[in-house]
Parts: sequence; C-alpha cells; structure tokens
Amino acid sequence: MTLSEGTGLKAPAQPGPEPALPGGRKRPWAGESGESVTRNLVLVGVLAALIVIGAITQPELYGNSTWVWTNVLSILQLASVVGVVTVGMTFVIIGGGIDLSVGAIVALAGVWSTTLATQSYGAAGMIFTAIVVGVAVGLVNGVLISYGRLVPFIATLAMLVAARGLAAAISGKQTQISSNTFINGIASTKILGIPVLVYILGAVAVAGWILLNRTTFGRRTVAVGGNPEAARLAGINVKRHTMFLYGLSGLCCGIAAVMLTSQATSAQAAMGNLYELDAIAAAIIGGTLLSGGRGTIVGSILGVLIFATITNLFAINGLSTEAQNMVKGGIIVAAVLVQQFRFKSVTQFFARNRITSST
Amino acid sequence: MTGPGAGGAASRNEKGEAVMADDKDHEVVLRLTDLVKTFPGVRALDGVQLEVRAGEVHCLLGQNGAGKSTLIKVLSGVHRPDSGTVEWLGEPVAFSNPQAAMKAGIATIYQELDLVDDLTVAENVFLGHEPRRLGFIRRGAMADRTRDILGSLGHEEIPARRMVHALQAAGKQVVSMARALSQEARLLIMDEPSAVLAHDEVENLFRIIRRLTARGIAVIYISHRLDEIREIGDRVTVLKDGRTTASNLSAAQTPTSELVSRMTGRTIEYVFPPRPEPVAREELLRVRDLSRAGEFRDVSLSVAAGEIVGIAGLVGSGRSELLETIYGARRPDTGTVELAGKALRPGSVGSAVRAGMGMAPEERKSQALLLGEPIYRNMTLATFTGLARLGFTNARRERAESDRIAGSLDLRPLDVRRPVGTLSGGNQQKVVVGRWLLGDTRLLLLDEPTRGVDVGARAELYRVIRGLAAEGVGVLLVSSEVPEVLGLSDRVLVMREGRVVHEAPSTEIDEDTVLDLVMAGSLMEGAPA
Repeated sequence: MTLSEGTGLKAPAQPGPEPALPGGRKRPWAGESGESVTRNLVLVGVLAALIVIGAITQPELYGNSTWVWTNVLSILQLASVVGVVTVGMTFVIIGGGIDLSVGAIVALAGVWSTTLATQSYGAAGMIFTAIVVGVAVGLVNGVLISYGRLVPFIATLAMLVAARGLAAAISGKQTQISSNTFINGIASTKILGIPVLVYILGAVAVAGWILLNRTTFGRRTVAVGGNPEAARLAGINVKRHTMFLYGLSGLCCGIAAVMLTSQATSAQAAMGNLYELDAIAAAIIGGTLLSGGRGTIVGSILGVLIFATITNLFAINGLSTEAQNMVKGGIIVAAVLVQQFRFKSVTQFFARNRITSST
Repeated sequence: MTGPGAGGAASRNEKGEAVMADDKDHEVVLRLTDLVKTFPGVRALDGVQLEVRAGEVHCLLGQNGAGKSTLIKVLSGVHRPDSGTVEWLGEPVAFSNPQAAMKAGIATIYQELDLVDDLTVAENVFLGHEPRRLGFIRRGAMADRTRDILGSLGHEEIPARRMVHALQAAGKQVVSMARALSQEARLLIMDEPSAVLAHDEVENLFRIIRRLTARGIAVIYISHRLDEIREIGDRVTVLKDGRTTASNLSAAQTPTSELVSRMTGRTIEYVFPPRPEPVAREELLRVRDLSRAGEFRDVSLSVAAGEIVGIAGLVGSGRSELLETIYGARRPDTGTVELAGKALRPGSVGSAVRAGMGMAPEERKSQALLLGEPIYRNMTLATFTGLARLGFTNARRERAESDRIAGSLDLRPLDVRRPVGTLSGGNQQKVVVGRWLLGDTRLLLLDEPTRGVDVGARAELYRVIRGLAAEGVGVLLVSSEVPEVLGLSDRVLVMREGRVVHEAPSTEIDEDTVLDLVMAGSLMEGAPA
C-alpha cells in the first residue's frame, strides 16, 4: 500500500520527452533523469505512509496540531546532523567510492574544536578548526585512495580506527564541555520557529544539489563513478577528483561536528558513532548506486528523513530501539532489492498484483 | 564455394583431389548447415557450413570479423543460431547454455583461459562436477583422477594439488584440456591456443593434440599462424564475412595463395568516399622511438595535418597499446610524442587532450561511454568544462552543440537527451567520435572505429573521418579490417609483434600484401609456394 502511491505515477518511460529543448524544460528539478524523480516520489510516498502509521497508532497525539508541528521539527532536527554527513557520503558513493570514516571524522573534528586551546579562539576559531580538521582528514583518505591506490573500503576503515584513536588521545577520553555560548546556541536557537540546525541541513543539501547537478565538479563526479576509464580517456583527472570527493565528505563531517557539539554542548571521542552506517544506508535507500555513477541528493535526504521518522515513530509508541534497528535493517534490504529489480519491474509487479486482486 | 559442394562428406579442393575420402572409419561428429546468426545491424554468421570428423584437427581460418568467434559461441551454447542446423553425433541439437554443450561433449578452450586462479589444479579440472560422496567432495579421488588425466596428456609432472596461479600459461592450457577430458569431451574447440605460448610450448601443445585425436576426439583449431595449421591440421574451412568460402581443404597441401584469396575478396560493401588529391602538409604528430616492454618497441611515426594514417596488425601486435601510449593513457618506457612541435607529458591524457588530441578507444562501452547518461553529456564529456562558466555547467549550450554534431553525424534517433545506452552500436560510435568534433581536435586517434557497426553507419563514419581530414585534422587509425585501413588511409603502417614492419602509401599496397605482412613469419615461412 505504501508503494502503490508511487506506482500510480506512470514512470516517464517515453525516452524522448520534448523534441527541442531550450525553453521546454518541464521539470527543472528533474535533472535529466525522470527515473530518479519517480524513485524519489516513491520515497515521499514511503515517508507519507510512515506518518499515516504514526497517526493511526497515536490518534490522540496527531489530533493535536501543536504537537504535530513540534514532532515534525524534532524529526527534522534528528535528521539534520546525519543529513549533512549523508550529502558528503552521496558524492563519494556516486564517485564510485565509500567512506567508512565519517563518524570518526566527526568525532575528531568535534574533539579538536573543543580543546581548551581551540576554545580560547572563540566560536570562529572552533568552527574553523572543525572544518579544517574534517577537510584535512578527508583529503588524507583521498590521497591514500587515489595516489596510494588503497581500496576505499580499507583506507577509510583504517581511518575510522585511527581518527577515533586520535580523538580519544586528544580528549584524554574525557567529555569536553563547550563553554562557547555561540556554539551552544546554534542548536537551541530557532528562526521563524524552525531550529537553526534544520536551516544548516537545508543549506548543505541545496549546495550539494547545485554542486552535483549544475557544476563541472558534479558532472565529473558522475563520470568518474559511472565509468572511470571513459572519464580518464576523456581527459578528466580521475585521481585528483577522487581525492577532492573525500575532502568534500570530510568538509561535511566538519560541519556536522559543529552541529553535534552544539547539540550536546560538548564533544567526546565516541560522538558520531555509527554515522557511517546511517549515512550509507540513507544514500542507498535514496537510490544511490553503490557501484557509482548514479544517485541524487534529494533521494539521500529523503532516506535520512525516512530513518529519522522511523526512529520517531518507535519513540512515540514507546517501542525499543532493538525493534527499531531490525526494521531499519529490513528497509535497507528492501531498498537494495528494489534497486536490483529495477524500478520498472517493481511497478509492473505491483500493477500485476493490483489487477489480480481486483478481479 | 558456398555451393552444394560445401558440407558434403568428401568435398574437393581446388586441384580436384578428394580429401579424406578414404576416411570411412572416421564418422562425422559435427555438421553445421546454413548457420545464420544476426546481431542488431550485423549479420555475424551468414550461412556457415562446417563438417568435423572424429579424430581430425579441423582448422578454421578467417580474418578478424569473419565470424569465427560467433561460430564458437554458437557451438559452445553461448549464442543460439537464428536459422540453420547444428547436427551433433547425427542428431540436430540446440544448446540453450554452455553447460548443455559441455554435457553433450563439446568443450571450448578460450584464449583467456577461464580457470579459477585460487583453486588447485584438481579443483579446476573437476569444477562443477566434483566426485562426491554424501555431499562431500572426495578430494583423494579427485586428485587421483586428475593425475590420470594429466598423465594421459603426457603431463604427469603438473601436481594435482598445486594452485593454478602458480602455473605458467602453457600449464594452464594443459589444465583446461584436462578439464575438457574430465567431462568426456568428444569435440575440443581451441581459440588461438598458441597465442599465449612460446615456440617450444607450441610443439608440446601439438603433441597433446595428437594424443587426443588418436583417441578419436575431434579438434576445431583456430589460428592465424599458417605454419601451425599446416603442421597440426587435417582439413581447413575458411570463413569470410560470416560465410564459408571454402571447406574441407587439405591443410597440408592447399597453396597459401589460395587460402589467402579465400579469406580476402569482398562480399561486404565497403563504401569509401572518393580519395582526395594528396597535398603536401605540415607535420602534426611526431612519435620517436616509443617503447613499452612486452607491447611494442622503437616505434617512430608521423602524421601530417589532414592526413589519415592507418595501422594494420593483428590483435596482440601492439597496435592498440601504441595508440593508447601516444594518447598518454599508458606511460612509455622510452620515446617521445610531439604534437605540432610541442612535446607531450608522458602518461598524461590531460596533456594530450589539451594539446588537441582525441581518441575513440577500442572498447566503446567500457572505455568511452557513460551508458546511463544522456547522449549530450557523453558528447561533451571532454569539453563540458570549456563550455562551463565559473564552474557551472551550461547544459543548454551543451545540448545545442551536441544537437548540431548529432545532426551532422546523422545520429538516429536524433534526441540528445536519450541515454546513450539505448543507441545501436553504430550510433554509439558516432557519439564517441562526435565527442571530439565538439572541441578543437587536431589529431584524432581511432581504435577499431567500425567494430560492431552496421554497414550504413560504417559508410557514415567513413564520410565523417574523411571530412575531418579535409578540414585539416590528422587521423591515426587502427583496424583489424585490412580493406578498411587501405580504403580510408593515405598511408599504411603494418605492425607485427610490437614493431612497424612496413610503411607504404595506401595506393601502392594491396590487401593480400598487407595480410601477408601482418601474418608473416607464419604465413610466408614453412608454407609451400
């Protein structure tokens, strides 16, 4: 029932939409691929279905419009930090790689930016530090993978271990309290009733969308991930670009570290734990091809929101995180299955089912 | 010769001698009649006749693209024929998959041996049909039987429990043959088995083949080396453009000239645009003493602006590697590449592209295209940065430019937003070539530009290539099809075993001579005049 909402929308199968183009662009948000728009609409359907399930299971709460608004905001806030990391992850995966070290980079950037020495430089110094540390660690990943020819999985796995180790060493395994009121205020401040963290996610997502769909950087990312050999033979510097992709992922981690530090008003070596799994899962649910070359920012953000909504759904129903994790696991499997069978065949499958059930 | 005589049990060669007519005790195991197989736009097999007898080595001869590989794939169950019959052991058969062919007793040994490197010899020999008891593999029995088979091939020195990756190419080939025997194969198809072997190893291969044929096993042997065919072969069938042009010739006695003429002589129409008058032009590309270990040695060549230079050579002659090295996709051991007097950075594609070089590589799908991406993005893959402003892509202009090029190439369908993967091979190739029409390309490197391309698109590509040259673009072309090299180029280089062995204006050399040179050392030596 959840998917049928998406299947009602006919996949734009006609390969040639409008013959001649300049003004006739019907869906500017579509990029070039109608298929991914359809997939994203399915994700919106899933999201809507989750909300419907919430409304059915907790009708009293959903009858209260103030509560609903607060709940939506809390879902968005829950999604914001992982969402920022996922944007970077999406680039890396589209570019044919994987970054297992994002959670560790968040921790390292968070810890480094909250040492007493760094805090003495004020909020700007802390933000600067977090971002520089994130980018630098990401670039180290990139250099190891591009020029050291390490497999991304191994290089970033090693970084996962090493960066957390360094974070623990810097913090002396202590929780470092942030005494900077500006930093601490980021998470608690609202503009027009919406938390600043949500604006940050929005800004990063929009920037990511533009970068992927409207710039040469994004075009190179798709080319490098889709067919590295073809990209190389067309004169694209594949190694350098791959390195930049991991740097970009590190940048997102740096931003996320500031957000997370602000939320907790502290940082510690264990922060951002398992973010890599959440980010990868969200990207995959969003339709990013693990082998590279295809994926959308919109899809990834929807993936993050679906995860956050599930967490929220379980929380308001007072269910355990164990059950929640099992459901999340199931959703990842379902998303990959859908990817494998190709969207079209799934629509056909549901279409067929509908016919048989109605007769 | 495609007439009624072909496929007859005892057909005659040119001199009228009956070949193998006395061979009553050797039954026919395989007979193909009028086999046809088409792929989109290409008629790969167009009426093939073939007859193979038990215990004979039957050689298949033909140029690249003659249909040999397709024929093997039909026999080994990879492809199914569109029409015609395959008779195996007297009964018509249709293999639905390679396993079925294997079960029936037809084993194929491909050039790239399909062994699992990280398993032992015995495990490879019995892969998929291991001797078992209660679901457990009987490792001892498996090793024993492997030793028996290797012994029967005269290679008891190969340890059954050795990992396959520890073996040399020759040893792996023996293991492949042992695998065929373990499945009781009655026909062994060998695709250029000698290509991976050193000279003395070839002798050993022949010894094994003789042992096999003595046991009544039939062998289809494919090779470009005529001296091998003469030594090991019993009968020869010649393919050309998907047709049998001669069958059941005597391998030992048929004169070389006849074999070559059966392989050449056209039935496909090559439509070349008229050749322009030669004019003196300035030098564009200068390659000096380029070498790469194991690929090519001391290659020097030049291409002038507006000139088309063709390189003829077999697969493995180093021609594709040479082209990729000139382009910077491989780093040369020694030597220099200059474009318009400026030295290019070795091993840097970026440097070559910026200097005005473009390449359409051999493997379109794996080396040139983003199949899921729209046509225009594939066309602008090398130029989108130049069309962009401040890092922002200009999709509108990219589409407009691609539209223009697509129109001039007569791309079908003419919609640059379609994913390039939905196009036919010929149109995909147009996209790859079109990519370099967008920028200011001064030198175009083309590797097998018409492979898998249908006749119509072929003529179109020829026209485009000539048109580029007329505008002053230099073209360096590699092709397995000799007529294509001759018909398109102004000058021809012949490569063999990593060296340029001959150079001539294309008007002063003919197909037979080129083919001789390409295969020489095999074709000329040891062949009766």
